Amino acid sequence: MKKVLVIMLTLLLSMSMLAGCGGGSSSGGGDTIKIGVFEPASGDNGAGGKQETLGIQYANQVQPTVEVGGKEYNVELVIVDNESDNAKAVTAAQSLVSQNVSVVLGSYGSGVSIAAADVFADAGMPAIGVTCTNPQVTADCEQYFRICFLDPFQGTVLANYAWENGMKKAYCLSKLGDDYSVGLVNYFVEAFKKLGGEVVEEQFPDKNSDFTSYVANAKKAGCDVFFSPVSTEAAALIIDQAEAQALGMPILAGDTWDSNVITGAAQGKNVEVVVTTFYQEGGNADFDKGIKEWIEGDSTAMTNNGGNSDVAAVTAMGYDAYFVALEAMKAAGSTAPADILAALPDLTVSNLVCGDVSFNEVGDANKTEAFVKKCNTETGAWDFLKKQSAE
Amino acid sequence: MGFIHTWLPYILAGIAVGGQYALIAIGYTMVYGILRLINFAHGDVFMWSGLIMVYLITILPLWASVILVILFAIVLGTTIEKVAYRPLRSAPRMSIMISAIGVSYLLQNFALYITGGLTKTYPTIAWLQKTVQIGSATTKMVTVITPILTIVLVFLLVMLIKHTKIGMAMRAVSRDFETSSLMGIDINRVITVTFVIGCGLAAIGSVLYFSNYTGIQPMSGAMPGLKAFVAAVFGGIGSVPGAVVGAFIIGVCENIIKGTGWTTFSDAFTFVLLIVILMVKPTGLFGEKNIDKV
Amino acid sequence: MEKTLNSKTKTALSAICIAAFLLIVFALDNTISAGSSWKMLITVIEKGSIFALVAASMNLLNGFTGLFSLGQAGFMLIGAYTYAIFTIPAASHDKVYQYFDGGLIQWSIVEILEDKLGVFGHYLGMFIPMIGAGLIVALIAFLIGIPVLRLKSDYLAIATLGFAEILRAFFQWNTLGPITNGSNVLRKYTTYGNAVFPVIIAGISIAIILLLINSTYGRAFRAIRDDEIAAEAMGVNLFKHKEMSFVISSFFAGVSGALLAMFQTTINATPFNTVMTYEILLIVVIGGIGSITGSIIGAFLFTAASEWWLRGLDAGRWLGISSSLMRPGFRKVVFAVLIMMIVLFYAQGIMGSKEFSWDRFFAWIKSRPEALKTLPARRKAKSAAKKEARASKAAAKAKAKAAKDEGEAKKASGEKLFTPLPVSDEIMIFGKEGK
Repeated sequence: MKKVLVIMLTLLLSMSMLAGCGGGSSSGGGDTIKIGVFEPASGDNGAGGKQETLGIQYANQVQPTVEVGGKEYNVELVIVDNESDNAKAVTAAQSLVSQNVSVVLGSYGSGVSIAAADVFADAGMPAIGVTCTNPQVTADCEQYFRICFLDPFQGTVLANYAWENGMKKAYCLSKLGDDYSVGLVNYFVEAFKKLGGEVVEEQFPDKNSDFTSYVANAKKAGCDVFFSPVSTEAAALIIDQAEAQALGMPILAGDTWDSNVITGAAQGKNVEVVVTTFYQEGGNADFDKGIKEWIEGDSTAMTNNGGNSDVAAVTAMGYDAYFVALEAMKAAGSTAPADILAALPDLTVSNLVCGDVSFNEVGDANKTEAFVKKCNTETGAWDFLKKQSAE
Repeated sequence: MGFIHTWLPYILAGIAVGGQYALIAIGYTMVYGILRLINFAHGDVFMWSGLIMVYLITILPLWASVILVILFAIVLGTTIEKVAYRPLRSAPRMSIMISAIGVSYLLQNFALYITGGLTKTYPTIAWLQKTVQIGSATTKMVTVITPILTIVLVFLLVMLIKHTKIGMAMRAVSRDFETSSLMGIDINRVITVTFVIGCGLAAIGSVLYFSNYTGIQPMSGAMPGLKAFVAAVFGGIGSVPGAVVGAFIIGVCENIIKGTGWTTFSDAFTFVLLIVILMVKPTGLFGEKNIDKV
Repeated sequence: MEKTLNSKTKTALSAICIAAFLLIVFALDNTISAGSSWKMLITVIEKGSIFALVAASMNLLNGFTGLFSLGQAGFMLIGAYTYAIFTIPAASHDKVYQYFDGGLIQWSIVEILEDKLGVFGHYLGMFIPMIGAGLIVALIAFLIGIPVLRLKSDYLAIATLGFAEILRAFFQWNTLGPITNGSNVLRKYTTYGNAVFPVIIAGISIAIILLLINSTYGRAFRAIRDDEIAAEAMGVNLFKHKEMSFVISSFFAGVSGALLAMFQTTINATPFNTVMTYEILLIVVIGGIGSITGSIIGAFLFTAASEWWLRGLDAGRWLGISSSLMRPGFRKVVFAVLIMMIVLFYAQGIMGSKEFSWDRFFAWIKSRPEALKTLPARRKAKSAAKKEARASKAAAKAKAKAAKDEGEAKKASGEKLFTPLPVSDEIMIFGKEGK
């Protein structure tokens, strides 16, 4: 019995090895073009990563083919899970590269993108960041582009918003070991202090789910605003505690909080949540209608979106990223990564959901405005407040 | 007065989380007392109880779900013992610990698969999550309920250990495994009962814990589990009242540390405490000295 | 027993095999293009050899000295950071330490030595911080070991685990930001250019571990593992040897941490958590506790299976099988089940406590034709034995049933089966809480 088991296991493993090696190249030719999707499906950023992937999948549904160099190609998505973990991200990125994709989209969360940047650089693989806002992603990597705004910009926008609304003292909470929240808090603090504000900074450790004391700290310090641009997982817990302890000040956050996880958590609670984001729901009626229908018609998509069909900003961004990639291929007139890479810097894409995209010399999108939204705790939807710029 | 005014929210939060750690810690301390095994999977049983609740509440009324969750935890815990620990009972202690780590790894990964890596929101138990005002602090009802319920349950458990036949058997087995089996005590039954009690209490702990901190993900059990184990060591492993006292101390200290601006080290503190107690008084607060015989 | 090969031939054989392997790795890394699906093989070799080293170092401690330590990830963390901090080029400091004004240490050992000594200096500059990483970890382990090693098995495990967690919090502490970059990643430091580099470093380190195991010290370690008290009675200084094993193991964990940093090209303290330690431990278990060869095989298998072969399980198509069961996370479930099966049914792992030896290898090869010839006969014998076992089991069952029936009959007739043990108050002396 044991022996049979051993033999079976060995056989399975060796077969999978062959499949692992052979599978990649066999379907590489023909009329298919592969786009790699480098997103977390598990770990801290699993929820956000899945929503971003949804946008890409929907876009693939809307436009499954692309004409490059006079030839029609089917677009196939190759999705890998980077597990929100810098150590696993390298091998995940490597497995994308080794499956002969033409261009990579992602990731949600800047840390994994920074970690993978070298793999893409070594392979000469063009990568388009969707919502990774840390400046380091594109700073030293010629292969990395992105279609979203950056932390220094977003931090300043948030600080401006807070200051303009009469908030003088901010409580800033970030997560230990998380580039995104630490980075954004840093730029916020810089801008807010410049405006004359006062800040209290704290960090919570990994896997923490007890936010009681942080909420109490903010109250004790007499702050006017609770700034915590952390992952949606922690966000739901923070909102919950804010309600339980009657926080009594608005909670301010960045793009990650523009998600139905937040509206779901805040619905029916006495909290005030304000976020800056890439996209205003209702800004493009066709897209909104189409993606809602698609999510409602697909149970897996529904689960991945967190159980309802509210569109997160990252989903819209994922959708845009897909079309940017297609436009890049068209402009390059080729499916080779090197040609796409060469075509990207001069690319301008319009008719997107979140505004036009063109890249500056570093590879970042030229964006000058962010949307400010406030959570309506009665309806559980976002109310548009204003457009805010960095100046 | 000013002191209490400032620190009351932290102390309340500490007592609440301490009570929840206590309910988990009892499982650790009893299993260790009898099997000399750190049941690394105990924290994951706790996490799974929370997860099952999320799924059960969608089809069943609250009271039925709570009962089923407790039953589920008991079945899961005893199954783990039967499948993963019992066959290795005569093996070296390292193997059985590795098995415990393996089970923990499996439970976490299975939860990851089931939830798809998304955080699940714990169902609202309106009564527990009601906001109450205590002195200067505003908090949830569960904060008040937890310490009371914990103390009641621990009292019942101590009664059970002291005054029933099975309790007597448990004490005998924890004192001397081999002799008690020679004396005609059914070791397997005692161990099963230990796991039943430990996992049942962990399930009750999960209802309280997740009503307070409403997000569940595959790693949710790891940190509370480790902290509860430290509480068990702190109180003197094998001693139920010790584990409870240890858990309350850890819960309160942790929250006070967060309140004083040392949040970076709020988790590390637990381990510092562990190492200090192991150095200074390895038997813990209420533990007895154990002499190894050759 | 067949006549054994003389040691010279064995050494030569080993040398040839190792050289051939290195050559193949070197050639593969240079020939395989980045887009090829075989590139994963290189990645697996790199990561596998790094984990082989850390698994071997853990095995030295857990398998050979009997100290159940779970601090490996923490030690790798220090190693990785030490290496990275000292090799970030001066020009990149402002970018890497963007929130800390370029950090405290503004130079890179690699650059300094490269200026003076050229290419040789470049490698020396990588080598020095790598050894330095090992030494710093060893020093910290030495200090931790003084109090911790007095503890017994499971307390030791939990205390080392605790230390690893404390270290992680420490490295992420914002106040240390000018050195460790706080919560932000360290990157841009010097990395190796060819996959052969980690293989060589890991190979040399493992060879040193093997030499140590086969020395007098190694025998003392094993004596401690088998029976601490007997070892002490035989004149083995317990603390000295435990401390030695702990420090050496940590040294190599530090070196492997430095290699891992090079492999990943960016590091961050978050992934060096307990899960990482558990994975290293599982590698050791798969390979066989007490076998360095096993740890090496285990590391490559573990890495290849988790990072490469089983990845299809997440994507919904594996070995041509498509199933809706296969969604993200399925790979890890399958993997964890496999590991549990190994732990429960093959507790000795792949190699048990044996090491690879040429003698056994050739003996095995030679025995194959014979084994093949006798296969039908053996199979027959086995099935016969099985049949017999089944028959005897059935007989035993019948007998037990008969005895039970007899008992029931006796019970029915009011006869006492045995005198029950007297349950007297004296059992209360066992009471723990009931003082």
